[in-house]
Amino acid sequence: MIEHNLPVLVPLILLFGALSTSLLGSWKRALAYPLALASVAAALVIAVLGLRQTISAGAIRYYLGGWAAPIGIEYVLDPLSAFMLTVVLAVAVLVFVHARTVVAAELQGRTVPFYAVALLLLTGFSGIVMAGDLFNLYVFLEISSLAGYALIAVGEKPSPVAAFRYLLVGTIGASFYLLGVGFIYIMTGSLNIADVAKILPALVREPPVLVGLIFIVVGLAIKMALFPLHGWLPDAYTYAPSSSSALIAPIGTKIGAYVLLRILFFTFEPAAVRDTLPVADIILGLSLGGILFGSIMAIAQKELKRMLAYSSVAQIGYIGLGIGLANPLGFVGAVLHVLNHAFMKGGLFLVAGNLRLQIGHSTISGFDDSLRKAMPWTMAAFALFSLSMIGIPPTAGFFSKWYLVLAGFENSNWIAIVVILASSLLNAVYFFRILEKVYLKSSKKGEGTDSNLPRKEVNTSMLAPTIVLAVGLLVLGVLNAVIVTEIIVLMIPSGL
Amino acid sequence: MAEYFLSYYTYWFIFALTVLGLYGMLVKKNLVKKLIGMTIFQTSVIIFFVASASKWNATIPVIDPAIGTDPSGYINPIPHTLMLTAIVVGVATIGLALALLMSIYHRYHTLDEPHLLQRMK
Amino acid sequence: MVEQYTSNIPFLAVAVSLGIVPLILLSSRWPNIREGWTIAASVVKFGLVLSLLPDALANKAASIEILEISPGITLALKADPLGVFFALIASGLWVFTSFYSIGYVRGLDEHKQTRYFASFAVCLSATIGIAFSANLLTFLIFYEILTVATYPLVIHKETPVAISAGRKYLVYTLTAGVVLIAALGWTYQLKGSLDFVPGGLLDGVDVPQGTMTMLFLLFLCGVGVKAGIMPLHSWLPAAMAAPTPVSALLHAVAVVKSGVFGVMRVVGFVFGPGVMLKFGLNDILLAFAGGTILLASILALREDNLKRRLAYSTVGHLSYIVLGAALLSPGSFTGGLLHIATHATMKITLFFCAGAIYVNVHKENISELDGIGKAMPWTMAAFTIGALGLAGIPPVNGFSSKWLLAGGALEVGNTVALTILLVSGLLNAGYFFPIIYRAFFKPSAQFEKYREASPLMVMPILVTGLLSVLFGIWPNLFLRFYDLSSMIAMSVFGGFHR
Repeated sequence: MIEHNLPVLVPLILLFGALSTSLLGSWKRALAYPLALASVAAALVIAVLGLRQTISAGAIRYYLGGWAAPIGIEYVLDPLSAFMLTVVLAVAVLVFVHARTVVAAELQGRTVPFYAVALLLLTGFSGIVMAGDLFNLYVFLEISSLAGYALIAVGEKPSPVAAFRYLLVGTIGASFYLLGVGFIYIMTGSLNIADVAKILPALVREPPVLVGLIFIVVGLAIKMALFPLHGWLPDAYTYAPSSSSALIAPIGTKIGAYVLLRILFFTFEPAAVRDTLPVADIILGLSLGGILFGSIMAIAQKELKRMLAYSSVAQIGYIGLGIGLANPLGFVGAVLHVLNHAFMKGGLFLVAGNLRLQIGHSTISGFDDSLRKAMPWTMAAFALFSLSMIGIPPTAGFFSKWYLVLAGFENSNWIAIVVILASSLLNAVYFFRILEKVYLKSSKKGEGTDSNLPRKEVNTSMLAPTIVLAVGLLVLGVLNAVIVTEIIVLMIPSGL
Repeated sequence: MAEYFLSYYTYWFIFALTVLGLYGMLVKKNLVKKLIGMTIFQTSVIIFFVASASKWNATIPVIDPAIGTDPSGYINPIPHTLMLTAIVVGVATIGLALALLMSIYHRYHTLDEPHLLQRMK
Repeated sequence: MVEQYTSNIPFLAVAVSLGIVPLILLSSRWPNIREGWTIAASVVKFGLVLSLLPDALANKAASIEILEISPGITLALKADPLGVFFALIASGLWVFTSFYSIGYVRGLDEHKQTRYFASFAVCLSATIGIAFSANLLTFLIFYEILTVATYPLVIHKETPVAISAGRKYLVYTLTAGVVLIAALGWTYQLKGSLDFVPGGLLDGVDVPQGTMTMLFLLFLCGVGVKAGIMPLHSWLPAAMAAPTPVSALLHAVAVVKSGVFGVMRVVGFVFGPGVMLKFGLNDILLAFAGGTILLASILALREDNLKRRLAYSTVGHLSYIVLGAALLSPGSFTGGLLHIATHATMKITLFFCAGAIYVNVHKENISELDGIGKAMPWTMAAFTIGALGLAGIPPVNGFSSKWLLAGGALEVGNTVALTILLVSGLLNAGYFFPIIYRAFFKPSAQFEKYREASPLMVMPILVTGLLSVLFGIWPNLFLRFYDLSSMIAMSVFGGFHR
């Protein structure tokens, strides 16, 4: 009967891992890392089992304490949540493997709390993904957010300021979400997502429900950093320690996007968000703005991590675009891009971490071909990530764009098509700018020796995850049709 | 019209509180004041839930033989319990925020935003 | 109708040069072994493509579906006659270029030779992939791979000029790729399929005039950049900053011909002659092609740099092929296709000559070449053959394709196109003959102590020059280019009546 308990096992393992890491770690520091890694790996195994189970036998529902929904609290592992869970934990495992060296170097003496809090972050994420009711979702959202603030605040000198700003904005977002849930609860008398979804269609034209929907969407837009509510993101990603940004950047905002999908298409009806209120259209418009704004800002950045942060704003726009188009192809594009972008952005932040560890900075103007000579594998991976970000087939990045373009044609939305394609070119500008430096700008002797750090390739535990993600992008690209037809198709909500 | 406003006066009060909190967060220059604004803002959401559960001629949700099992005689306990959790979340947020503020003060020796921005450069 | 059967050969033909990339990288310290891989791969690749020829002539297409790449669309290769035709040209000339490259890079002691040979191999895989693509998505994937793989070759010299040429190249080709994605998405929306169909995938699709015109312009822009259709051509002269073998094979054969090959696919297999005529798309194409032929020839007159003059000549001749497609007659289509082959052998000869001159005497400008014919008689003789051919003088093979093009123009009564072809012939003579005159008849003693370049370079030059003549006399020699071309034209125009 283990299949039945799969949903609850993941957050439990992670939560237990967080507690035991901090307890045992304060006793013997060497225990912290293996424990943390083992917890994430175990959670990933269970997530994969859960994914297989949901694909073959449908959603798994777990009632906490045996109280059946809608009275009790339920965890739901359906294809969408199992998929998200697997993506989140797969990236997390790789980041954890990579983190051993980086965290030891960047956060001397604070490794134990780092891993404990990182596990709490993942507990929050896994809870959000599986929560079967709207309030539990809020609690997990806040668990992950609090852990996220803490992880960001231990970085460079300005990082607490960035974290504090993020905290203020994030709390506004979460409170808006909670306010919206309050309105929905007043009208429906239920918090269980499946239950609410049954009651809502009759009430969808009632003003309180619409007000609630607006509050929820605005709150989530803040959490997922949808333009123009992205203000907290660039500083937070830039000043955070390398491993924190590698953990939060590929996953964090996607979780917001996931909740948005859950609310718009699984709690409300797709038709309601398309027709009753122009919610989908508004998200679409903001996403388009975000794609252009993020890409253009990324071009202007002088620092790699900040550039990647702005690029994230643009990439969130891609996901928002798929949601906003509100058709099956757009849904496929959005979900696929969650996966693809998690791999790309995770990998790119790992590269930034490798650079910071080896050369002490990630300022773009300081790049030259000594980097390529010293770190050929890291740079080759970077080139592959760049090609995927630009959307060169057969890398994964091409295919999410492909589905989004098809979705755009489905709705005859020319602006969306033009923006997606133009942003490919903008991506090319800011990535080739770096590639050109790394591969073609010859290093002059005497210059570039701003640090005495050894200029050589990073160790295996850092290199392996980077390479795995890079190769993974090719595999995901080639196998995208399998992922779409075997997994994502199962998620498409009825009525879309 | 006045009647409409009056019948929902709790909610208008909550709305005013929300705006007040947001005002503090967005406009005040001192980071501690921003945090106070945030607390007010969170509290308004909590009051919103609690207010939504208020009911005349009803009592605490423990079955009283005199009233029987008719639910209309009892207050809905769920919003209250939800808000207990929300309060805990709020306390954790404030705790973390204060820790961040201490860390900021140790690094920059100010909590005043204009000064802080100057010193961050 | 083409009969299909499953076979791994198209896949192997694509994969063989990709497969040697790791080997090239691993053996970077032993140049002889490294170049051995390149030679072996080029020969094997040509052999594989050649083995597909008999079946293609019998109207049987070896095909393979590798995997589903997007729901309902497979990554599929199909060696239909047009694919085999293009693959034969590209892989055949790669053999010569491989030998020539070795002589060239060693003669100049070029840096980063490993990267050079590895990129070259990837480019050839992509080109054969383009040739054998069974549908537009497969075509797009290889097309984009070609774009990226060519970039390291364009910037090979790593000089500021080369880097800015690389940027220009990327801006043009990446934009084209993106436009092509849009065109594909739209086609898929209209038809629900992206397969190449002889006679037109979109044949019978009922859409307004504006939609069809826009879609055609998107396609034209997408493949037109690589085909050098003006005003999308200016990356090509800039890309001459690349080493000469790159210019020879990629910028006279593989990359640019992928563009015109794309035009042929789009005209014959996506829109089809019926749709082209019905919506007046052929007139758009004619206008662009005709304008490009004349303008490029005139611009070529002004260039003193030999490779840049050749580049403009390439731009002009690519549009001959486009013109052949645009005229919408079986004769001109055959001529256009044949011109892919004839221009390839002639232009690669000319570029090989330019490279040999550069390696030998380090001269790039035409005005500095007085008397070079005495020092390098064989090279310049081959150059003369190529130049005569491009001007359309028999018995070089340029004449045969041009003859068919002109006949096609007459067939549909298009005297404007006919005039353009004739005027362009004169202009070709105008920009090539002064070079020959300088080389052989202008007395100068500056090259007295120079001899021919290394045999590794001269042999390919002589062979391609000789082939140009042989193909001129017997267009069906060895590879039966003429039969293939007319077969393809028949399959496209089979059900088409004006």
